[in-house]
Amino acid sequence: MKLPIYLDYQSTTPIDQKVIEVMTQSMTDDYGNPHSRTHSYGWIAEEKVEIARKQIADLINADAKEIFFTSGATESNNIAIKGVANFYKKTGKNHIITLTTEHKCVINSARELEQEGFEVTFLNVDHQGIIDLNQLENSITKNTCLISIMTLNNEIGAIQPIAEIGKICRKHNVFFHTDAAQAFGKIPLNVNSMNIDLMSISGHKIYGPKGVGAIYIRRKPRVRIKSIFSGGGQERGIRSGTVPTFLAVGLGKAAEIAKTEMDQDYKHVQKLGIKFYEAVCQEGHIYLNGPDIYDKNKRYPGNINISFAGIEGESMIMAIKDLAVSSGSACTSASLESSYVLHALGVDDELSHTSIRFGIGRFTTEEEIDYAITLVKSKINKLRELSPLWEMMQEGIDLKSINWQTH
Amino acid sequence: MAYSKKLLDHYENPKNVGSFSKDEENIGTGLVGAPACGDVMKLQIKVNDDGVIQDAKFKTFGCGSAIASSSLATEWIKGQKIEDAASITNKEIAEELSLPPVKIHCSLLAEEAIKSAIADYKSKKDNKNDQ
Repeated sequence: MKLPIYLDYQSTTPIDQKVIEVMTQSMTDDYGNPHSRTHSYGWIAEEKVEIARKQIADLINADAKEIFFTSGATESNNIAIKGVANFYKKTGKNHIITLTTEHKCVINSARELEQEGFEVTFLNVDHQGIIDLNQLENSITKNTCLISIMTLNNEIGAIQPIAEIGKICRKHNVFFHTDAAQAFGKIPLNVNSMNIDLMSISGHKIYGPKGVGAIYIRRKPRVRIKSIFSGGGQERGIRSGTVPTFLAVGLGKAAEIAKTEMDQDYKHVQKLGIKFYEAVCQEGHIYLNGPDIYDKNKRYPGNINISFAGIEGESMIMAIKDLAVSSGSACTSASLESSYVLHALGVDDELSHTSIRFGIGRFTTEEEIDYAITLVKSKINKLRELSPLWEMMQEGIDLKSINWQTH
Repeated sequence: MAYSKKLLDHYENPKNVGSFSKDEENIGTGLVGAPACGDVMKLQIKVNDDGVIQDAKFKTFGCGSAIASSSLATEWIKGQKIEDAASITNKEIAEELSLPPVKIHCSLLAEEAIKSAIADYKSKKDNKNDQ
């Protein structure tokens, strides 16, 4: 077993060997510019890119012509939000609806539009991180042009009711964009039955290469966008710039594998996720953040975000350094604030700083999970012995009754 | 984030973890920081009649730097006169542990914890003298 054990699959995933093989071959053979029309090098590269486009489209029941390559989900989200807003503003539509728990690239794209004069509604979520559909519908105005709701949350594994949101959007003639970086290839998605108009896709979250992603943009009824880049008009003008053939081929292959292995991947991740959750949560005063792990419709079981009462996140991470995990808590991330997603769920301050995300994926083994369980459990008591908050909780002191001196 | 060896030593084998009974006369307790900020330090001193810190204990909710800073603080103040302990600065703690810039606030918290424990001890003593 290789240490540290990689348990950070929401942050990125190791690339699948089968993906590396096709990419290596593509790098060697397909060096032509896929946009070159005058020779076979270009034609061959173009053919490979088109195969990849089809592989991606097939995973979400789209047409290949509706898939455009980008550098990743961040770029796709920017294109979707700014692109739609800026195209349709001439029609007088200037309102966007999104969630407070979206990825930063969605929130900040919306904030930028806000500064340019657009109106943005940031909807709150319930204590599990799920949208209130009535509130969504009531927030739609005659000026709403876009609703952007993430399919599967990266921090807490919450799955939004995408089909219901799609229905509401269609009913009110509002475009529906979903950031599916965490969901694409992990759970079934169908742009037609779910009425999705735009979808952001990432390569490196599905065992594909980093630096490549895609955006799905519906053709019927057609969604227009104002492109962000000026250039040679590649990707039908949606995203100028030479498509990197080997990255596109890698993303396509990763999508193809995800399609055939989705059921198996899901069952594997579910089994290990539940095993880990049940074993660790036996310890007491340990709380799962986000939806119920047994609720298949609301929670992706490969994301185990838990709060260890009384144990600050980074001190836990240092104690379990054989595990590569991530924390939304103050001291590990670049900023000193605790997770805005956990805040949106209403998680108490003293608990939001104790959260750790354990991410499980295709290549996680049962042996690794057993090791992780033993290691985490062995550190809980030691760290709580060190904690003044734990001591106060044991003495029955309400932490909220204390007049803390915040800085 | 790369931590210094000294810091990791204090994190892995923290010195003087524990609690004294708050109510005893010769004990001073400092509780600083806030759960909302992700750092809470409790530092206690046991002071003898000559004003010397005989023993010190701490408990810290916080990152590795916060735990190491408070562990180091208790080590330093043991055996010191309270006036000397009160003059320890966060800069000295930060330098000793080679704290990265984003963790300087941990050393500041340790300095405040010492001062707060001393203030608590003194106010207890003054109250007693008033009676």
